[in-house]
Amino acid sequence: MRLWGFIVIGCAAVLGGGCAGNQSALDPAGPQSTGIRDLFWLFLGVSIVVQVLVTAALLPPLRRRSASAEPPPLVPEEASRERRTTLVVGGLVLLTTVILAVLMVGDFLTGRAAHATYADPDPLKIKVVGHQWWWEVNYPNEREPYKGVLTANEIHIPVGRTVEFSLDSVDVIHSFWIPNLHGKKDMIPGHPTTLRLKADRPGLYYGQCAEFCGHQHAKMRLTVVVESQAEFDKWMEAQNRPAPTPIYASQKRGLEVFLTSSCVMCHQIDGTPARSRFGPVLTHLASRPTIAGGSLANTRGNLAGWILDPHAVKPGVRMPQNNIPPADLHALLDYLEMLK
Amino acid sequence: MNPTTATTSSAAGVGATAGDAATATVDVRAALTPDRADELLDRTWRHRPGLIGWLSTTNHKDIALRFIVTALAFFAIAGLLAAAMRTQLARPGQRVLGPDLYNQFFTTHGTAMMFLFAVPIMKAIGLYFVPLMIGTRNVAFPRMNAFAYYLFLFTGLLLFGALALNVGADRGWFAYPPLSGPQFGPGKRPDVWTWVISLTEISALVGAVEIITTVFKQRAVGMSLARMPVFVWAQLITAFMVIFAMPSVMLASSMLSTDRMPTVNTHFFNPAEGGDVLLYQHLFWFFGHPEVYIIFIPATGFISDMIPVFARRKLFGYTAVVLSLIATAFIGFGLWVHHMFSTPVPELGQGMFTASSMLIAIPSGVQVFCWIATIWLGRPWIRTPMLYVLAFIVLFVCGGLTGVMTASVSVDLQVHDTFFVVAHLHYVLIGGAVFPLLGALHFWFPKWTGRMPSERIGVVAFVLVFVGFNLTFFPMHQLGLQGMTRRVYTYLPGTGWGPLNMLATIGAYVMALGLIVFACNFLVSCRRGRPAGDNPWHAPTLDWATTSPPRSYNFRFPPAVRSLYPLWSDDPAKTPVVIGLQLDRREVLTTTVMDARPAYRYELAGDSLLPLFLGVTVFLTFFGLIFHPWALPIFGGASGVILMVWFWRQNTVEKVHDHPGEPPGPVHRQRPRQ
Repeated sequence: MRLWGFIVIGCAAVLGGGCAGNQSALDPAGPQSTGIRDLFWLFLGVSIVVQVLVTAALLPPLRRRSASAEPPPLVPEEASRERRTTLVVGGLVLLTTVILAVLMVGDFLTGRAAHATYADPDPLKIKVVGHQWWWEVNYPNEREPYKGVLTANEIHIPVGRTVEFSLDSVDVIHSFWIPNLHGKKDMIPGHPTTLRLKADRPGLYYGQCAEFCGHQHAKMRLTVVVESQAEFDKWMEAQNRPAPTPIYASQKRGLEVFLTSSCVMCHQIDGTPARSRFGPVLTHLASRPTIAGGSLANTRGNLAGWILDPHAVKPGVRMPQNNIPPADLHALLDYLEMLK
Repeated sequence: MNPTTATTSSAAGVGATAGDAATATVDVRAALTPDRADELLDRTWRHRPGLIGWLSTTNHKDIALRFIVTALAFFAIAGLLAAAMRTQLARPGQRVLGPDLYNQFFTTHGTAMMFLFAVPIMKAIGLYFVPLMIGTRNVAFPRMNAFAYYLFLFTGLLLFGALALNVGADRGWFAYPPLSGPQFGPGKRPDVWTWVISLTEISALVGAVEIITTVFKQRAVGMSLARMPVFVWAQLITAFMVIFAMPSVMLASSMLSTDRMPTVNTHFFNPAEGGDVLLYQHLFWFFGHPEVYIIFIPATGFISDMIPVFARRKLFGYTAVVLSLIATAFIGFGLWVHHMFSTPVPELGQGMFTASSMLIAIPSGVQVFCWIATIWLGRPWIRTPMLYVLAFIVLFVCGGLTGVMTASVSVDLQVHDTFFVVAHLHYVLIGGAVFPLLGALHFWFPKWTGRMPSERIGVVAFVLVFVGFNLTFFPMHQLGLQGMTRRVYTYLPGTGWGPLNMLATIGAYVMALGLIVFACNFLVSCRRGRPAGDNPWHAPTLDWATTSPPRSYNFRFPPAVRSLYPLWSDDPAKTPVVIGLQLDRREVLTTTVMDARPAYRYELAGDSLLPLFLGVTVFLTFFGLIFHPWALPIFGGASGVILMVWFWRQNTVEKVHDHPGEPPGPVHRQRPRQ
């Protein structure tokens, strides 16, 4: 009975709770993930039936059980029962084969459907490069190359349009995964890969690196914003601009602090002399919802803590501790917060 | 067996005396009382007293028990690491373990569970029981067996010692380059891992060679392949799998080490120099997937051995079960790419590996159906081992079904590298291998100690382990579907994964408690348990035909076999036996591969300290390689010197023939029906 309880509770949990959350493969927001989710339901349905039948098959003989301390006598064989059992077992094996064949065809069809996007001649192209432990996101503009957008840990895509991600890594193997949109694809140094998908429901989704990539594998997260074409265009427009020029004295001092401290060694801010691509680009940092590889909300307090001691948040992260005096820190924060 | 029977059967001529050699020292046909025979045999086979004797023993039972106890100790340590990890993950953002320690813990946990617990303990139980089940006195290469144990022990100490010194392996049990390569895996941590792998695989390969040779050449007279217990088949098939799978991972880990050695500096896996990181993954998983079956197939052997005992009838579909095992072994080598569906694999390749991954469900299904049919046709006798068998069937089916899901490319792309797979693999490896193992430990405990384990405590332990296991791992299916990736040391509060993780952690503690109760049952019962007698379960295989615990020489006279279930079909007192083996030398009878006709009398090597010495030098070779390539010529050379001494003395081999006048050659006569 305990077994039954487990199975029922478990199935209820998967069916009910699995749909909640915003990083869930069971809450699809695109045709690829919907196809996979439906295929999963098929597999799950078959599995529940098989599990219940196998478990149930163990119960009738238990009614004849013996619990004596001494070995009970052997049960003699009956030729007719053995023959009948052989037929039943043979039939079950045949049935297993048929079920597996059905599941295989289902898998094949789902794979085919997910690949339908490859017929689209004009997808939105986005290049995502994995770093330990953040994502570099690049929207190249083939017609006007200087108009490409570079950002980090955040992807905006228009709803209903095929998107082609070109995936690569500069260091170790990462895996690009947005459960609500599609299955994962590895980012392998030396083996650039692509992944095409489509989103059909606007919303905010999360992704996470799925291949163990070292210390901060857990905090290599990604925000995905699916929005209407108009909103997307507006966002692109804003991202295309260079960083705003500081206006107030504290903001100007902030830029000065940025350019004279270790920040400038790794980070890029368009429109300033900071050009290093080692760390995430900060041109429009204030427009992004998160910092620290998607592991902290982008608030002034978090940003201050992150700048002073990133290792308190992400031990082992590549960013060093920064010993910035309080006044300078406030100026720096004033500057960074204006980078909308 | 009493001496009269022995004498009459000798007259009947089963594996009869080998001419004059039999009378050289002891005349078996004369007044040889059972006590006298036991005394002579024990003097020949037992190891010398004292520490030196203890270290130089080559008796398969001594070695196998050490293997089992050591592997269980490693299991306990690796289990504690898992409990620590579950504590860290109980709530979001905990700071029990930092990422550095967590990564070392999960890597050591995985590596130890796979290489230092699961594979060795399955093999160790085989090393103990294969010779008993096939009715011989020791394994084919006794010194090699001892060598494998010492190497295994040192390797385990290296892995856990490194963790204790904070240089524990921390790149995952798979250690993918470039993360484990020279650029992104500085320090000695990945080197510890690579050489631990090579060392355990040497130990595993040596064990595989022993099992194959022992099974093929030392079976009891009359035990043709079709009369071999499924347990022995499972061990044999596993040994073949080891021989084909392990070299692949040794190659991968050795190539990785040469990539890492500054003085060697190869670029096998360095994409910047034309190397290929995917090559590593293929080599690793070509081993890695069969590895699962290397763990699982022996466990099915336990099951197929226990089910007839507790269903009180013969196994239904013996031939089908054995063929399923062989099919599993073959197909098991053809589906490694399903661990790599998220890498660039051509669609046709994906289809082929999906098909083979699903195909393997068929032989597994055949076995499950045969087990259930056996229970249906018999009458279940509910003792603790049977509880583990029943739980195994339920849990293994669950793990198998999620396995079918991961065989599908589409579903796998979502669940790969998430907690769904963590749940799946633990259902397969704990449900499919540890549950049978716990049942088997219970089942064979009386054979090892001569005493029965407590039923009541056994049931309590079973319930705790079963409930704890499901509480730990069932919620993980859902966590994975909700997007929780594997190998994360923490997660954010906003993800909503907290409650299920807390449930899993509570489950882990319950399971740990169950295992502690299980261990306590054994510790208490081995002193206070009720005496078991030779065959407390009334089981049919030859391991139950000897005393509990078995004497150093296993059987006074090696039995001859006339059916698949010798102790059920024959009266043990009237079983024909082999006589004519010398009592004052470590002689065994070798038989032919297919039909087990008597072929040779063969003298096995005696006790020796050489295995220990060789274990030390081979270990030092690889341990030294962590630091410098010069370790290879220095300690490798020392190993060579030891091997020269090892092979210096030749053993005696004599062909068996019935009468001095007959031409030499295998002779076997049917015992006349009485």
